Amino acid sequence: MSALLEFLKTYMWPLIFAVVIVAVLPLLAGYVVLMERKIMADMQARLGPMRVGPHGLLQPIADALKLLIKEDIIPENADKVVFWFAPVISVTAAMLAYSALAIGPFFQIAELNIGLLFIVAVSSMGIFGIILGGWASNSHYSLLGALRSTAQMISYETAAGLALVGGVLLAGSLSTREIVQAQHGGTWYVFVAPIGFFLYLVASIAETNRAPFDLPEAESELVAGYMTEYSGFRWAVYFLAEYANMIVVASIATTLFLGGWLRPFQGTPWMDFLDFFPPLCFLAVAGYCFYRTPKQPEPIQSMVMALFGGLCLLLAAAMALPFVPAFAASKPGLHGAFWFLLKVSLYIYSFMWIRFTFPRFRFDQLMKLGWYFMIPLSIVNVLGLGVYRVLRQLQWSRWPAFVLTTGGTLLVAIWLVWNAQKKAAAPSSVGDMTEAEG
Amino acid sequence: MTPAQISQYAFYFFAALAVVGAIGTVTVRNVVHSAIFLITSLLATAGIFLTLGAQFVFAVQIVLYVGGIMVLFIFVIMLVNLDVALHQMQFKRRWWVAGLLALALGGQFGAVIYYSRAGGVLEIPAARTGALSPQNVQQFGLALFEKYALPFEIASVLLLVALIGAVVMTKKRV
Amino acid sequence: MSDTRTTGFPGVEQTVLGADEIIINMGPQHPSTHGVLRVKLRLDGERIVDSECVIGYLHRGVEKIAEHRSYQQFAPYVDRMDYVAAVSNGLGYCEAVEKLLGTEAPMRAKVVRTILTELQRISSHLLWLGTHAIDIGALTPLFYCLREREEILKIFEKYCGARLTTHAFRIGGLQYDTYDGFEAETKRFCLDFSHRVDEYEALLTENRIWIARTKGIGVLSAADAIDMGATGPVLRGSGVKWDIRKAMPYAAYDRYEFEIPIGQNGDTYDRYIVRMQEMRQSNRICLQAIEDIPAGPIMGKVGKVLKPPVGEVYHSIEAPKGELGYYIVSDGTTQPYRVRIRPPSFINLEALDKMIKGHLVADVVAIIGTLDIVLGEVDR
Repeated sequence: MSALLEFLKTYMWPLIFAVVIVAVLPLLAGYVVLMERKIMADMQARLGPMRVGPHGLLQPIADALKLLIKEDIIPENADKVVFWFAPVISVTAAMLAYSALAIGPFFQIAELNIGLLFIVAVSSMGIFGIILGGWASNSHYSLLGALRSTAQMISYETAAGLALVGGVLLAGSLSTREIVQAQHGGTWYVFVAPIGFFLYLVASIAETNRAPFDLPEAESELVAGYMTEYSGFRWAVYFLAEYANMIVVASIATTLFLGGWLRPFQGTPWMDFLDFFPPLCFLAVAGYCFYRTPKQPEPIQSMVMALFGGLCLLLAAAMALPFVPAFAASKPGLHGAFWFLLKVSLYIYSFMWIRFTFPRFRFDQLMKLGWYFMIPLSIVNVLGLGVYRVLRQLQWSRWPAFVLTTGGTLLVAIWLVWNAQKKAAAPSSVGDMTEAEG
Repeated sequence: MTPAQISQYAFYFFAALAVVGAIGTVTVRNVVHSAIFLITSLLATAGIFLTLGAQFVFAVQIVLYVGGIMVLFIFVIMLVNLDVALHQMQFKRRWWVAGLLALALGGQFGAVIYYSRAGGVLEIPAARTGALSPQNVQQFGLALFEKYALPFEIASVLLLVALIGAVVMTKKRV
Repeated sequence: MSDTRTTGFPGVEQTVLGADEIIINMGPQHPSTHGVLRVKLRLDGERIVDSECVIGYLHRGVEKIAEHRSYQQFAPYVDRMDYVAAVSNGLGYCEAVEKLLGTEAPMRAKVVRTILTELQRISSHLLWLGTHAIDIGALTPLFYCLREREEILKIFEKYCGARLTTHAFRIGGLQYDTYDGFEAETKRFCLDFSHRVDEYEALLTENRIWIARTKGIGVLSAADAIDMGATGPVLRGSGVKWDIRKAMPYAAYDRYEFEIPIGQNGDTYDRYIVRMQEMRQSNRICLQAIEDIPAGPIMGKVGKVLKPPVGEVYHSIEAPKGELGYYIVSDGTTQPYRVRIRPPSFINLEALDKMIKGHLVADVVAIIGTLDIVLGEVDR
């Protein structure tokens, strides 16, 4: 008993954080879905979910409940054990990755000196969930979707990994915490390695199988890809894994390129008024909620709206806590988490924006983009950033070094695009395409 | 429960898992199931690396073996028609080769255990003695690129040659 | 399918497959075959070796029904063929019967018919654009297209009470005169619409992914298009300047100025451009027509009971999807002896096999979309 107590004492905070992540993540993923639907609706001149709760605020909970109580269908001749296990693998991999992420200087489950590598390694295991699920379903569409998915994820993981290497090169560490601290006071790496950021943005969209790279689940071609035979809660678990993965890649990008939990303009004193932004932001949202409360059609809806307003008020109060002198120590933890999550949301927003704007690639085009453009460019990008690092050590000032290396990488990118266009412009018949395949 | 105890329990857990996974790999008839057991075994090995404090090796083990090689394995398995292979008796005639190999391996293990118990010549890994370095990625890099730079480069050239060879051999028209 | 052998069962043939070939079925319940079209695809990997369309899932025997209905009674049935362009179907049928009777609708009716038909062309193209874009993976244009289509449907609804299967015209003219504010509403829509087309084009025309997905895909040469009898945007996309509105003007088309947009390469992208331009041209026609709708009667001198003289007539119009022709044989009674319809979708669909050979499965979706078929019309 005392051993157990001691164990709990030693690992209290990591355990609490782990429980928080496991409990909050599904909810968060649900609300990311709602956010996506709302943004999609806004971009497409409609309203989106409006019925369940005021402005559809309870929609994620209703969806989760519906999926929970749906009939559990396992296709005949499916490999039952693997079919059952595959979504679990996916979601486990996605959730494990959070253990090394630092959401603020305080909120982190485990500080690993190989943090980033650990995240990449663990999230690469999510592929098994997809490929095994596709195989176990015993359906052609599922298998095709799974194979496509795997091929795509392997290809783009290389580009994403190399883009990450660029950031790691600049920070000189694999630990998520140290990477953020390396950006403290200086510039975020997105301004040092814009091409690296761009590469990671594209590769992470492809890795999470989202449009315009959503071929594995292209509904006009493959119905729903590897998830075709899944329904009910198992399907929900896959869905959760997908959105959890999205949050993971957004968190990685935030940590590596967007300064993690750092406030914008951390080093500039006259920008310190930004410290008031977190509480004011929540206050504004709370104000809007209370403003809309009497306008709801049903009393119950008004109540829910007021509840949400109260929640936002509570959060605003929490964010204002560091301004009380007695609790000033809580500032990095609370505000850090706020800025981190804000950046993650903005990154995910860009995902959605891209999704609703672009048509879908064809599979061979996707592969060509990956292997002929992304991977060569990311290798050149690593080289360029290495040169940048050396130049800085040779006491070059920032701008000449930046212009030289990023300019050089950009030239390579332009050359790659130009080359591809020249190839595409050359007359090619259907026969040519077949030969290129062989 | 002290961290040392935890790491000991974790070792036994992972070791048992690795053994079960390995046995499953060779006994199960379904190839995909066999691959899943192999993945389990590899993951358990990675876990053992972690208990030894070799975090970098743990990550590399997962990235390379589990995330890379095994995915390709399964990929190939799924592209090949397995119904035929499933009903064949495999490697029945060569069982004595396997037996011999297993005996030789067992002998080796026995010798290792015997000598180490006797306090013999075997070196104890640094990590096990508690000299855990927080910077073991750096150490790894330094060792690879300074002390063992030549072997490392030779190995990478070898890998490159193998890679190019594989591409040339699989390409239909060169 | 080309390589077949008999199985011993009469009429059942078995396809001989190559080593790496598989057959997959697309449809009849597939999200992007635009209805109950079933395409049997023979694939080498993901590349299409051969294909076969299986149609008839929506066959209702429209032509046979015509033989047991009076001329007026049959008119609503034609709305159910190309149900996204019901007004055009109705126009073709009414004009064919009028030709058989030897009468003509009054000028006012003709102009109103032209306006409504062109609006219908725009709405049909809008639906095509939205679904085509969503097939290729662009989600957003559909909602913009439906937003504008809704405006058109509202005009239809106000005019005749129906939105989809309108039965807007009568043999000999119109049943209803235009409602108050028809001109103003149509004009407002038309003035606004050209900006809306700019909006769709901003999303797609210059988009690199869109170009990559449509350029060089589903190429149909001009000669092939003519040989297969393809009409409408499919023919014009291949560079053949053929539009019945110009070649054999009907309704009031000879009164208005417009151009026939054509493509050069006959690929999916050209057909896309052609349809986008056609929407602009239709808009132009509407704007011209709405300016002066002549006054006068809306119904010609047609009796309550129609008994056309013995004879036959073929009349075709340029429906949104191509040449829509009606061949009607009269035996002098109140019911047609035989009606034969030349549906543009059905004949354009024949080009599918030629267009998808050698392409990937993902392209099939794009090519079915670019043909702009409506299964109600293919199967009748």
